[in-house]
Amino acid sequence: MLNLTIDAKKVSVEKGTTVLHAARKLGIEIPTLCYHEGVSPYGACRVCLVEVVKGRRTGLTSSCTCLVEEGMEVKTDSPGVLESRRLIVELLLARSPEVKKIRELAQEMGIERVRFRKEDKECILCGLCVRVCEEIIGASVIGFINRGADREVETPFQAQSDVCIGCGACSSVCPTGAIKIKEIFDKRILETWHTELELKSCKICGRYFAPKKELEQLKGKVELPEEIFEICMDCRRKDLSRKISEIKTGMI
Amino acid sequence: MKIKDQKDLEKLKVKGLDSLYPKAMKINVGLATCGIATGAQAVFESIVKEIQKQGIDAVVSKTGCLGFCQKEPLVDVWQPDSARIIYCEMNPEKARDLVNELAQGKTRREWALCKLEEEEFIIEGTKRKYSITGKNGKDIPLYQELPFYKKQKKIVLRNCGFINPDNIEEYIARGGYFTLARVLSNLKEEQVIEEIKNSGLRGRGGAGFPTGVKWKFCRDAPGDMKYIICNADEGDPGAYMDRSILEGDPHSVLEGMVIGAYAIGSHEGYIYVRNEYPLAYQSVKQAIEQAEEYGLLGENILNSGFNFEIRISQGAGAFVCGEETALLASIEGRIGEPRPRPPFPAERGLWDKPTNINNVKTWANIPVIIARGADWYSKMGTAKSKGTMVFSLVGKINNTGLVEVPMGIKLREMIYDIGGGIPEGKKFKAVQTGGPSGGCIPSELADLEVDYEKLTQAGSMMGSGGMVVMDEDTCMVNVAKYFLNFTRDESCGKCTPCREGIKRMLEILDDISKGKAEEKDLELLESLAKVVKDASLCALGGTAPNPVLTTLRYFRNEYEAHIKDKKCPAHICPDLIRYSISKEKCTGCGLCLKECPQKAISGEKKKPHSIDKNKCIKCGICYEVCKFDAVEID
Repeated sequence: MLNLTIDAKKVSVEKGTTVLHAARKLGIEIPTLCYHEGVSPYGACRVCLVEVVKGRRTGLTSSCTCLVEEGMEVKTDSPGVLESRRLIVELLLARSPEVKKIRELAQEMGIERVRFRKEDKECILCGLCVRVCEEIIGASVIGFINRGADREVETPFQAQSDVCIGCGACSSVCPTGAIKIKEIFDKRILETWHTELELKSCKICGRYFAPKKELEQLKGKVELPEEIFEICMDCRRKDLSRKISEIKTGMI
Repeated sequence: MKIKDQKDLEKLKVKGLDSLYPKAMKINVGLATCGIATGAQAVFESIVKEIQKQGIDAVVSKTGCLGFCQKEPLVDVWQPDSARIIYCEMNPEKARDLVNELAQGKTRREWALCKLEEEEFIIEGTKRKYSITGKNGKDIPLYQELPFYKKQKKIVLRNCGFINPDNIEEYIARGGYFTLARVLSNLKEEQVIEEIKNSGLRGRGGAGFPTGVKWKFCRDAPGDMKYIICNADEGDPGAYMDRSILEGDPHSVLEGMVIGAYAIGSHEGYIYVRNEYPLAYQSVKQAIEQAEEYGLLGENILNSGFNFEIRISQGAGAFVCGEETALLASIEGRIGEPRPRPPFPAERGLWDKPTNINNVKTWANIPVIIARGADWYSKMGTAKSKGTMVFSLVGKINNTGLVEVPMGIKLREMIYDIGGGIPEGKKFKAVQTGGPSGGCIPSELADLEVDYEKLTQAGSMMGSGGMVVMDEDTCMVNVAKYFLNFTRDESCGKCTPCREGIKRMLEILDDISKGKAEEKDLELLESLAKVVKDASLCALGGTAPNPVLTTLRYFRNEYEAHIKDKKCPAHICPDLIRYSISKEKCTGCGLCLKECPQKAISGEKKKPHSIDKNKCIKCGICYEVCKFDAVEID
């Protein structure tokens, strides 16, 4: 176990714990944007900055990537930390003034106005979509293109992807709603990734329910009865409740 | 042929000395990038052609950069019975005529830059005196007395301009690879590290971390597989030290790397060189092949049982890849983006294995330090910065070039003695060290002693060694804008402060230069600079605000003039200046009228002209061409 103090409160944590988790253990709230439990930490949004004192050195670091060391002293609410976080959120608010998540964060921090020229980007480049697609789905459909101020998340050559399975994990993990997915009849359209995928229709009700490609990949990954991949979620649920009621009424 | 021991090296040394000092005349042409850019290749060809035509018994060879880039193309002539004379600013015609004169046993005094009567063999700590019997070049100044070279101490650049980089034997002749032989046969790994530690050598890439300590971390890190890397991703505008070393003396870097690998316990190394350095790449590639052929790289080096191989990895031209974690990502074939540290590369580096990364100059220092000892090395320099530093002295300076000076030299000596002062008698205003990560040091601090600490205290940094001199006509807001424009383009864009912050800082600077900013913008600029510096993920963002912070610290009045008076004191920012023609001075010669690309100037012959403000694009051509100083800027 490693001992450290966060905002003058003592806490012991296991080796390999991040400062963010140690703080959460103490009930200390640190805002995050690019952090997600399910994927590897990235340290890019810098909203989770804390001040770490190590010996004679003091510096700001991202709490989501910083591993606890014995005797560490952390401050999550020093003027330096708060001032940096505020300005970073102000920068993000200037980039994405319409994004709800950023507006809420800015409001919590008491940011009343933006001193920079406003843009209208929805993506804040937190990279969660890129990480989830690579680490969880194993598809690596998207990545970063360009450098610096021109950085964007894109498919290779900004063209239709032939590896995207249309699972939508990118969209569900996106904190800003920047990734647009819609379904029209038998197609799932991932507008942001210039990609269209064919949907499979349910054997029972005929409704289109999931991309064929996604179901194909799932088949190879999980051991489930074949029919699971043929039936939509609603019909599966109906089927299940029918079975349960049959048990109740003693028909089986 | 594989070299097995010191005896074999001695044999090659004899061959190398014969090649350096043949029985006939030897003409060396500086064919590093700086030479080639000024036409040295044509000079080389002209010399070869003329020698063949005249049937002269002479050897023509290529060599690296002698440092005095202002005077390129440089040609040096060595003859068995006279001093080595260095001719400067050559062209094919002059080269042809020179060969003609040489054939008749004469020299061309007016083309000569300087002469050498002896050469220092720094590894051996000896001087090799030439036997001079002839009278040639008697009144030519000595190399070591030329102001440009007088205060220099060449350790890293020991062989540049003195050997043919393609010829490993010439490197051996000047003591090369003897240190490696001694290390592998007589020194324990820990002894090597201890010697480097004691020498006080600090990383020459700019951050200045003690090299010996870094090596120790990597040596002590658990793991069988360890890597060492030479960082040759030199990307600062105006800096080309590393390129010149790789082009002019690649073996010095290879030898340093093998010694380091032995001390750290590594068997595989990489040289990460940027794609924009094709000549350096060729030079290193060839050097590696030669060293492998001679058994100085590869398996069982010098019959010691130690194995080490070096591969080259070419960067694709991203400045951020000079940052070590981005460099590692790039070698691994991923996007060159930094990651948070710790873990440091010494713990988890290339492919998650312990890795030691040093700059080109750091590696090139190693053989000399081991050969001459830590005591000898640490006598040079200041209390905390030992040895020498290589700078590329560029900008508004008379003697542009590559200089190696002991740490602790004053800026004034660099600029006035070595650099020969500012062209056209203009005033020295500031010097920018450390490239886009460094800062501008004003002329008032000209007595500052150049070392890691002093430069940091002044708000700048040592950096990799770029030194850009600015004269009185430089607008400091414009300078800050230039560097920020660079870092905005070169930021990888991963973290918010660097990506968004630099962009916004640049917007404010742009407003200032256009007279659109208010006083409160200066405050915002300062608070942004602070956050970008403190909160960025890597050192690129962490140092990018330095040009702004230092110009604000030393030249705040210039910022204020732009904001309050809407004036650019240096008359650079186009939106804040106006050209007009003085009625008193204008003679009506019509030159400006003829040259104006916008046809904005009108007037009758021999009568004062005037500029139409609406048509004028402020290109400044009228100002440049007027012979009567009648065009005025306000």
